[in-house]
Amino acid sequence: MLTVLIALFAVALVAPIIFRFADRNGFYVLAAVPALGFVWLLFQLPEVLALQDSVNSGASPPSAAGTGLVQTYAWIPDLGIELSFRMDALAAFMGLIILGVGALVLAYCARYFQRHEARNASFGAQLVAFAGSMFGLVTTDDLIVLYTFWELTSVLSFLLIGYSAHRIFARRSAIQALVVTTLGGLSMLVGLVMLGQAAGTYRLSEIVAAGPELLSGPYAGAFMEWAIVLVLVGALSKSAQVPFHFWLPAAMAAPTPVSAYLHAAAMVKAGVYLVARLAPAFAESGWWQALVIGVGLWTMLVGGWRALRQTDIKLILAYGTVSQLGFLMVANGLGDRDAAMAGLAMLAAHALFKAPLFMVVGIIDHEAGTRDLARLSGIGRNHPWLFGTAVVCAASMAGIPPLFGFVAKESVLESLTHWGEHGAAGAGLWASAWAWTPLVLVAVGTVLTVAYSARFLWGAFATKSLPTDEGIVQVEDTRFHGPVTAGALGPSALLALACVAGAFIPGAMEALPAAFGASMAPLEPGSEPAYLALWHGLTPVLGLSVAVIVTGLVLYAVKDPVARFQAAVPSWVDAQRLYRASLAALDDVAIWVTGRTQRGSLSYYLFIILSVALLAPLLALLFPQENDGGTGLAESILGSAQWTWADTIAQVLVGAAMIVATFAAIRARKRFMAVLLISVTGYGLAAIFALQGAPDLALTQLLVESIVLVAMVLGLRMLPPGWYTRRRSDFKVPRAILGIAFGAVMVAVAVTALASRTADRISLEMPRLAYEQGGGANIVNVLLVDIRAWDTFGEIAVLAAAATGVASLVFIQHRDRQPGNLQDVASGSVGRYRAQDARERQELAAVRKFAIVDQDQWLVAGRTVAPERRSIIFEVVTRLIFHVIILLSIYLLLAGHNTPGGGFAGGLIAGLALTIRYLAGGRYELEQAMPIPAGVLLGSGLAIAALTGAVPLLFGGQVFQSAIVEFALPVIGDVKFVSSTVFDIGVYLVVVGLVIDVLRSLGSEVDRRSEAEGTAQAEAQQRRREARASAEASSAVSAGGSTSGDGRAPTRPERPVSPDAGRVIS
Amino acid sequence: MLVLAVTVGVLTAAGVWLLQQRSMVRAIFGLTLISHAVNLLLLTTGVPGWRVEPLMSTAQAADAADPLPQAFVLTAIVISMATTIFMLALAVIGRDDDQEKVPETGEEHA
Repeated sequence: MLTVLIALFAVALVAPIIFRFADRNGFYVLAAVPALGFVWLLFQLPEVLALQDSVNSGASPPSAAGTGLVQTYAWIPDLGIELSFRMDALAAFMGLIILGVGALVLAYCARYFQRHEARNASFGAQLVAFAGSMFGLVTTDDLIVLYTFWELTSVLSFLLIGYSAHRIFARRSAIQALVVTTLGGLSMLVGLVMLGQAAGTYRLSEIVAAGPELLSGPYAGAFMEWAIVLVLVGALSKSAQVPFHFWLPAAMAAPTPVSAYLHAAAMVKAGVYLVARLAPAFAESGWWQALVIGVGLWTMLVGGWRALRQTDIKLILAYGTVSQLGFLMVANGLGDRDAAMAGLAMLAAHALFKAPLFMVVGIIDHEAGTRDLARLSGIGRNHPWLFGTAVVCAASMAGIPPLFGFVAKESVLESLTHWGEHGAAGAGLWASAWAWTPLVLVAVGTVLTVAYSARFLWGAFATKSLPTDEGIVQVEDTRFHGPVTAGALGPSALLALACVAGAFIPGAMEALPAAFGASMAPLEPGSEPAYLALWHGLTPVLGLSVAVIVTGLVLYAVKDPVARFQAAVPSWVDAQRLYRASLAALDDVAIWVTGRTQRGSLSYYLFIILSVALLAPLLALLFPQENDGGTGLAESILGSAQWTWADTIAQVLVGAAMIVATFAAIRARKRFMAVLLISVTGYGLAAIFALQGAPDLALTQLLVESIVLVAMVLGLRMLPPGWYTRRRSDFKVPRAILGIAFGAVMVAVAVTALASRTADRISLEMPRLAYEQGGGANIVNVLLVDIRAWDTFGEIAVLAAAATGVASLVFIQHRDRQPGNLQDVASGSVGRYRAQDARERQELAAVRKFAIVDQDQWLVAGRTVAPERRSIIFEVVTRLIFHVIILLSIYLLLAGHNTPGGGFAGGLIAGLALTIRYLAGGRYELEQAMPIPAGVLLGSGLAIAALTGAVPLLFGGQVFQSAIVEFALPVIGDVKFVSSTVFDIGVYLVVVGLVIDVLRSLGSEVDRRSEAEGTAQAEAQQRRREARASAEASSAVSAGGSTSGDGRAPTRPERPVSPDAGRVIS
Repeated sequence: MLVLAVTVGVLTAAGVWLLQQRSMVRAIFGLTLISHAVNLLLLTTGVPGWRVEPLMSTAQAADAADPLPQAFVLTAIVISMATTIFMLALAVIGRDDDQEKVPETGEEHA
């Protein structure tokens, strides 16, 4: 069973390869798969019947495993969802129809589509995949798996309807079919989950078996009714029942094979299948009867009535299908033994006659180029085989003996008669009327069926005459482009034969439906089961059939008056228009909501976000939950006497300094002032950390604050010094209120949190864990590199991403510049100050004369910096402390496991050392100090950290598990090495990489660009001066060769001190 | 300990105020202040009263400060450093982080 399912999907996957070699004959290859499945299933029938019998007799539970026909695999065990498949009589019956008709339709495709059509492969793949989905849908025994296949068929139907994607009608129809069936599908999903919850299982067979208990059990009443209604909405929308019916005729935009298969034989039967499947359990429910029988009858009449009005022969069939689906709903929804058998027989009959009729229409459309019944004429005379096939199928549709359609329809009418008798027996007037309603309305519906069947045959094949001015003129015979080949007609002819054969060997058709019907109780206990037969004797139902056929033919014969009557009667509520109106309304609502909420104003969004972020904790504070221990805002502030103003006087001083700096930062007029004040708060925070017994935090915060301060100062060089202060004071007050309220809530949160500790802290075990398993005395560091190493790994990934982001924002094209040869850089060329006036020029000249030293006394690249920027003291100090700081950073890195420090602190210190080198010696100094590109540092850091995580796996440990090695070294003594130190080395490298990236992009690159800009400006200025000078000279010449009148000599351009000044090494 | 709670409150209030400014750099300052506040809050909730440094070589487990919030805050400090610097790069790359002109949104401004 699963083999068939998998084979169908597998062949869909390889379809492109098949079509590359076989072209359109590839359809035959595809058809072989469902055909083989069909044959396989035929051989399984004895076993299927045995399984069904043992279930019916109660010998084995409905979901019994053990035979090859029940297969179950775990899928989502936590939710009780399994890939369970079960081939009982109903599943096998549906499976035979799906595989059999599927194979024939695929074979038909091989002659329907053109050769060398590029889309054949995808079309074939979708069609086979559809067959697979449908097969899975009917064989699965799990509600959620059923839903999955259900939606797969919807999606594939969407793709297949939209085959002619260049036509807007096809696209619109495809979307419409998808929207309608998916809407129903979602409703069904909710209903299925409700059913599954109520039953405590998602096994379809068990739910059906438990149906009566469910209807009377603890979930009885509104819950079960809603569940049933929701599931039925899905089934009704899939099977195109009123008011969802409109998508099906529109779906006729699909190629004919799709119409024949999906929209006649297979997909639309999914709803009927589900109704048949659930009928044994829920047919007694009031909503079930109202929806399934009521809507089914209504659909049958609406579809039939509309079919009589159509002038497109495909649409006649489409509305006919709607009508027949209503009929099938009623027949399969009754939920008793005989009706179930009859309903399934009718379902088979419908598949057998509707699929070939569509294929015939496809041939006519293909060959004649039109489906308009006014333009088709004489086809019946000229193409007898085609005509014969259509006649057999249409007659079967109309229920004319001796065809299978007649046999099936007879048995349905028979079961409806019994249902009427049973329901009316001893019942009141209204109950009796309801009991007989199905029979009466179905009879009316079948009259319409006979009439539109005749209309179809006439429309497609008759030789027509039109009244014109010159009397009645015969319409010219429709010419076919080519002959009707056996390959095109074969599949439909085969199905037409089945229509005949089914009537003469009804026993073969009956076996599976009867076995399925036997799982249900008969209406009258002890009665003989109904059976299919051509001749039941002279029964009332036979009389009804005859009357129906005669009335239907009469209705067809008076088609002109009927057409006038139909035109006169206004159409009922147009479901199509309703659909469009509701979609348009949905669009309007969406636009309205979007317009109100997504205004494109950042400050508005921020205000909303912040307000919500304010309200959420406020509400939690004001209305404490029971399980919070009842510590509300009031209790925590008033009731607790534990809290004090401060622990130490130092806390008060630092806190006060931070508060003052904060206010000053808000009011600062210059950016640099604000930066400094903000960093005061940061350093203050470090001090508080130190006071709170958190040395690691204090150290890290201190270093981070310094790095951020450097980055800020470097970055802010690019911006104007002052803020833009807004002139209008719009929204200032609400913003201030929001800020103050936020602050107040945070105070309350802090106070509450401080007073609310009731449980033991979860970190009680951590000291022991850190010492014994992590091998370190500094618990915080062990937490970072061992216990919570995953967290830290994520963190350094963020660091690497941020560093890369900064670098790519500044450099755009490549990470950083390759360091050039230091010898090429002219002395004193970096960061030259440009004098603005004569006085500054003099000063500069003095400084430069005084301070040019061409030797690398202290720093490698110190000479490259412009003399006016150099500080010999800074260079000396840098020279003295750089290596000390680097050593300190390595010490912190290695010692961090036991004393404050670690990879972060070490990396940050190393970064600071490099920052000092950069500040003292400029960008060439930085290049010399760290020749390794930042990207390499970041990458190797991440790689080392990842390897530390992965290596323990090789030794059977867990990710990031630490190993402790102790050994003795000469001189140093006993060494205890913990493998997580290696992880810390990775952290160290990433942090150094980040700092380098910041220095190179916000520092060096910005330096280089502003220098280049300055040089360009100076050159432009010089050119302007020269141009002006030459212009003045020429005007002086033309004025008579005298010197310039005002006596002002042209300004001499300032010559650079060094010929290399401004040269850029790149 | 109330002084710490008040500090958290002031830092947050100022942070929220700055975050709502038009200038990107000011918004970054606002976020910096808010992350300071949150870090402090995390730490104060973990350490009621002064405790000994959580170093096993010098302190007994019973006296040591809660190491878990410290680890959280340490992670938070470094991450906010990375994001702050990244936002700074975003802010300064355009060389003008606040505009005098209100961009046209099609809305009427009162």
